[in-house]
Amino acid sequence: MFDFSIVTKWFDALLTQTLGLSSFWSILIECVVVGVLILTAYALIAIALIFMERKVCAYFQCRLGPMRVGPWGIFQVFADVVKMLIKEIFTVDKADKLLYCIAPFLVIVASVGTFSFLPWNKGAHILDFNVGVFMITAISSIGVLGVFLAGWGSNNKYSVISAMRGAVMMISYEMSLGLCLISSVVVTGTMQVSGIVEAQNSAWLIFQNPFVWIAFLIFLISGNAEANRGPFDLAEAESELTAGYHTEYSGMGFGFYYLAEYLNLFVISGIAATVFLGGWMPLHISGLDSFNNVMDLIPGVVWFFGKAFFVVWLLMWVKWTYPRLRIDQILKLEWKYLMPLMLLVLVLITTFEALV
Amino acid sequence: MENKDKSYFQGIADGMKTLATGLKITLKEYFTPKSTEQYPENRKTTLHVSKRHRGRLVFKRVTEQDLADSKIQARGLQLGDYKCTACTMCEKSCPNDTIKITSHMEENPETGRKKKVLDDYQYDLGDCMFCQLCVNACNFDAIEFTNDFENAVFDRSKLVLHLDKEVYKGGSLPNLIDGGAPLEIGKFNTKTK
Repeated sequence: MFDFSIVTKWFDALLTQTLGLSSFWSILIECVVVGVLILTAYALIAIALIFMERKVCAYFQCRLGPMRVGPWGIFQVFADVVKMLIKEIFTVDKADKLLYCIAPFLVIVASVGTFSFLPWNKGAHILDFNVGVFMITAISSIGVLGVFLAGWGSNNKYSVISAMRGAVMMISYEMSLGLCLISSVVVTGTMQVSGIVEAQNSAWLIFQNPFVWIAFLIFLISGNAEANRGPFDLAEAESELTAGYHTEYSGMGFGFYYLAEYLNLFVISGIAATVFLGGWMPLHISGLDSFNNVMDLIPGVVWFFGKAFFVVWLLMWVKWTYPRLRIDQILKLEWKYLMPLMLLVLVLITTFEALV
Repeated sequence: MENKDKSYFQGIADGMKTLATGLKITLKEYFTPKSTEQYPENRKTTLHVSKRHRGRLVFKRVTEQDLADSKIQARGLQLGDYKCTACTMCEKSCPNDTIKITSHMEENPETGRKKKVLDDYQYDLGDCMFCQLCVNACNFDAIEFTNDFENAVFDRSKLVLHLDKEVYKGGSLPNLIDGGAPLEIGKFNTKTK
């Protein structure tokens, strides 16, 4: 298994020893390099996801999707990005200008923040705390603030309704999302993201404990709600609320919301893949050493992207299957079904861990 | 009506079942080969338009086979003549008044028999809703729909067609009348040449 920390250690040694820079300058350069890498990956994954969404959606609806721009339509998203970049940015009269301008950045910050926690490969995680899982839930909550401020700041009744709905839904579903993550902490015994992945060396989490399957499914449902997608997209219900909380945004203001929406989808899938499907950890079956060695030959980053995009596909499948839920149905689902079920499952997982 | 007072767990079970049904249907659709035509890229190559597609109304002309028919022979029709008798059954059956037939009575000088002769068969494509009632009403097999669908013009008056005056040999895509290229489902038929 290739350990990416060789590269990072070499780069650090290059700056501090070969070039003889002080720790301040070397850390600054490293931060800039990592930041550029994160943002590039963020934009590229967003482009890939938007294209995937269009194609997957089309195939679920008996269509082909974009076919005109480039072979099989692969340059369609680039055309869209260029269009969005050259659009005029205007602000609404009587809007709360400060909140209106801050809101997209809050959403992007939350999205990039959680994005940085994803472990790409062995030794290739950007943020890796001892309270990682806790931090992920904390940072992802900033996104709710962005959604709410956008609705409030744009002085538009539809935006306010949408923002209220979005805030209520996202705050509610963070409950079962957190409980799902706690269940993984119970099984692996650590909150550090790299530790959670290492703990799945012998078997992925869903194969370690039968009740984790239920936690995984609940994570997908509440993650879907958290990313404002699928049957839970009532915050941007096009048919009722024009576009929802980002109605009044144009150009890159809207672009940030669009980007964050897709990246939140990837982040949720990435966390699900990391926590429940082993992240970059190859498929290991204890006892079959030769099989494990063959699996180790596939790079970890391929495993991670494969799992994450598989979960993305699952979420798209759900999104393009079910109609949108009403706000009371959404809250009922969370507070009457998912949350109690998840508490029960947490108890079951803990009991299983204690007994087996 | 469904029983609304299900128990909590019965409700969950039923909900899971219907959700699974929905997912199964969309998953099946995902892998179904797509039959989308890449029009207009393929309009001269792989385009398939079913023969029964109703694009516009045309007059049928007498063919070699028709000449063997005793009814056609009795009417004294030649190869390539139209079969319309101006009986106005199609005009009467049309819900939109799309068809307007003008005719006059003509006396055969030899037999002294009177016979209706068609002056003008006016068909307004812009009014037509392609219900095929006129074709079903025709007793003489004189009209039919073809799959010639490229009928867009810049002036509405150009949609008013006089079917008896034209000899229809196919529209803008001459090979299309028999359905065009064979129907290929699940292939990216984007060939332009």
